[in-house]
Amino acid sequence: MSEIKLENLKKSFGKTEVIHDLSIDVKDGELIVIVGPSGCGKSTLLRMVAGLEDANQGNILIDGKKVNELEPMERNIAMVFQNYALYPHMTVFDNMAYGLKIAKIPKEEINSRVQKAADILELGQLLERKPNQLSGGQRQRVAMGRAIVRNPVAFLFDEPLSNLDAKLRVQMRLEIKKLQTQLKTTSLYVTHDQVEAMTLADRMIVMNQGNVEHIGTPLEVYTKPKTLFTAQFIGSPAMNILSGDCQKGQISLSNGTTLKTNSNHSGKVNVGLRPEDFIMDDNGLIKLKVELVELIGANTLIHGKLENSNEVLVASIAGVISEDKVGKNINLAFKDDKLHLFNANTDLRIN
Amino acid sequence: MEKRVIFKGWWLPALLVAPQLIISFLFFFYPSGQALWNSLFLPDPFGLKTEFVGLDNFKFLLTDPYYLESFKTTIFFSTAVSFFSMAIGLYLAALADRLIKGAGVYQTLLIWPYAIAPAIAGVLWLFLFNGNIGLVSYYLKGLGYEWNHTLNGDEAMFLVILASTWGRISYNFLFFLAGLQAIPKSVIEAAAIDGASFWKRFFTIVIPLLSPITFFLLVVNIVYAFFDTFGVIHTITSGGPEQSTTILVYKVFSDGFVSQDLGSSAAQSVILLLVVGVLTVVQFKYIERKVHY
Amino acid sequence: MVEKKKSGYWLTHAGLIIGVLFIFFPVWLTFVASTVNQEEIINPPLPLWPGTEIFENYYHALFKGGREGYGSNEPVINMLINSSIMALGITIGKIAISLLSAFAIVYFRFPFRKTCFWLIFMTLMLPVEVRIVPTYEVVANLNLLNSYTGLIFPLIASATATFLFRQFFMTIPDEMVEAARMDGCSPMRFFKDILIPISKTNIAALFVILFIYGWNQYLWPLLMTTDPDMKTIVIALDAMIPAGDDFAHWPTVMATAMLAMLPPIAVVIGMQKFFVKGLLESDK
Repeated sequence: MSEIKLENLKKSFGKTEVIHDLSIDVKDGELIVIVGPSGCGKSTLLRMVAGLEDANQGNILIDGKKVNELEPMERNIAMVFQNYALYPHMTVFDNMAYGLKIAKIPKEEINSRVQKAADILELGQLLERKPNQLSGGQRQRVAMGRAIVRNPVAFLFDEPLSNLDAKLRVQMRLEIKKLQTQLKTTSLYVTHDQVEAMTLADRMIVMNQGNVEHIGTPLEVYTKPKTLFTAQFIGSPAMNILSGDCQKGQISLSNGTTLKTNSNHSGKVNVGLRPEDFIMDDNGLIKLKVELVELIGANTLIHGKLENSNEVLVASIAGVISEDKVGKNINLAFKDDKLHLFNANTDLRIN
Repeated sequence: MEKRVIFKGWWLPALLVAPQLIISFLFFFYPSGQALWNSLFLPDPFGLKTEFVGLDNFKFLLTDPYYLESFKTTIFFSTAVSFFSMAIGLYLAALADRLIKGAGVYQTLLIWPYAIAPAIAGVLWLFLFNGNIGLVSYYLKGLGYEWNHTLNGDEAMFLVILASTWGRISYNFLFFLAGLQAIPKSVIEAAAIDGASFWKRFFTIVIPLLSPITFFLLVVNIVYAFFDTFGVIHTITSGGPEQSTTILVYKVFSDGFVSQDLGSSAAQSVILLLVVGVLTVVQFKYIERKVHY
Repeated sequence: MVEKKKSGYWLTHAGLIIGVLFIFFPVWLTFVASTVNQEEIINPPLPLWPGTEIFENYYHALFKGGREGYGSNEPVINMLINSSIMALGITIGKIAISLLSAFAIVYFRFPFRKTCFWLIFMTLMLPVEVRIVPTYEVVANLNLLNSYTGLIFPLIASATATFLFRQFFMTIPDEMVEAARMDGCSPMRFFKDILIPISKTNIAALFVILFIYGWNQYLWPLLMTTDPDMKTIVIALDAMIPAGDDFAHWPTVMATAMLAMLPPIAVVIGMQKFFVKGLLESDK
């Protein structure tokens, strides 16, 4: 069991800096999900922790010990890859045992460890198969087995579910969560899928262009996003952003509507409102000209434009909303504490 | 494109490339350099000393009617071999590609001559056209034609082209068949729906789509005809009669080893080197386009 | 596409069969000639069907070096051994050094890596024939004439195999080497345990191509081997063909020709899948 600490990490490829001065503390046994769009540096970060990539500056500490100069294996970390990276010419057993053989662990020990991992992952029947005889989900499990047998101080997951179909992804997500809770191994998990991040994480790190935008529990990140980027990245459909001007606790939107706020900020702001926080209410302050109504199951999405404005807005309303709202105006209301306010210059949260 | 993750250190990779580099230097770069160097010298008739003559060897070659003749012979020969082996290869591949079943059987039946050495191909055809005992020359005699490629230069040329082409068909067949099978069936079917007949489709759709592979084969076949056919020439005609089948590579050999004219032979090597160099550049452009990540 | 007309179908087969017959024609007659006696050959026309002398002809060619009274040759069996050693030496040597250098070029960053890359690829297309005289001198100076080493090494110096392996290594996902490093693999262990096993098909494909290339070498062994003990079968066959009015025992000559063709043909047919793959990939 162990803690991972990253201090002021910097990484560049050639002249482009991809990680700018990044610091994170991962507590013992915690599952941290790093989420962000592709190219945000999340995989690079993970690979630096693994030792597959060198940091240009800063420290990587595992249990207080600096590991920057150690080979991947010496860091005693295991990694699960997006394409699993199973050795195609080895059986499931050999795939899991390979690292242990290299570490010159006695045969009986290897057998019992692989057996144990196979039991946990229900791979017992498949040990003699080759990877190309396995289904996607089974391969995924072998990849995890390969990580487990090593008894590592930490697991690193690099988008481990993106090669699976949607149904399997949900199932494997649950299994990973269960497994991690059971083994209590410190884990870093990289994904671009915010649902995966929300459901799995003890804490999550939202990254964008080599910077950490927000570190917090999923609930914090969802309810109090620290930056405009986080606000828009987490949540589906994405948060509506309306431009406004804030003076003395009053926000005026582009169409003249004024909203109340308890913030004393004065200047340009961006107002964030989640589609799912709206309710239809004839006294609602937000007037929407409906352009399209989409029924997606339990909810209906209403797309439209703010009245007398070009700003688009989406509302997600429970239940079925009739199509004949199209072309008409509706009023939307929301609770005061659901309003997110961001400084238009710094994109940082105000309220 | 480069690998993202690599191993560290420099002495291990240095050790790993060393065998290939050493062999390349010893048997490739050094001899090529030697050929360049020797081409600037002329040994005296007794081979006791050599004299620096600059580009005289080249000047001499390029005005030597025998050498120019050999150049013409080579171009004629390689054009003929490339054309016929590609045409027959494409013809057979197009037929095999038409079959739904059995293309594989014909592939097996047609590709094995690739394994036959050019020199052996030469022996086989020489046997058939042997003036005394050859089956073909016997029947030609029956038709009133006296075949004698040891005296008739045109007949000799015909025979070396025949033997070289025969041995090369399988290679072209295989590449054309692979090329044809790589053409999406939907393209052909679209053309068929547009009302194009088989031959119309073949010339307006298939041939243009095959042009990259055709170009590739053209270069490779020219290189084959320039160099690999040495064995055919040596077994069938030894360059004769009267140099009528002396292609450039054969002349390098006969001037260098038979006549011991090292300066001229070296200069000829350099010229061949240039020819291959040009072909390599052309080929590399192709590879770059083809494999360019 | 489904051909609707029956006639088109038969014409297709007819066209292909003509091609097959043209391909088989000289080889079949060579086979026939290796099964008849001398009289049947020197009194043309040659029969089109095999004769009865097959055993004697092949026996004499293989073990006696021809018939009495027709000049003496080395027994063909020795030359088959020479050819096998040369072909296998070239094949294995080339595959071995190419695997190593491709591994180094793809999986390491070292000084002059680009230079090495270009030096190796400059050798890509220049055949030995072009630099034949100076290469001969090098080998003579190293005292390697009439030796297997001298036969084999100059023909190993070409980059085709390195190029093929490089291309293949580039297609292996990066994660494979990452996973191996996480498992604690040293570079050579990765090479031995993972890279070589997953290159198996490519190695087999290259094996076929290089074996044929090696077996069929002509000009180089022709110059290199003056000692009859060292001759390869292709060279020896050429020497058996009578020049001018010399008399040859044709059935033995043709039996030798058959023996010279059979091993590479057997490799092509037996390993057809690898051969096709190797040919299509290695030349591009």
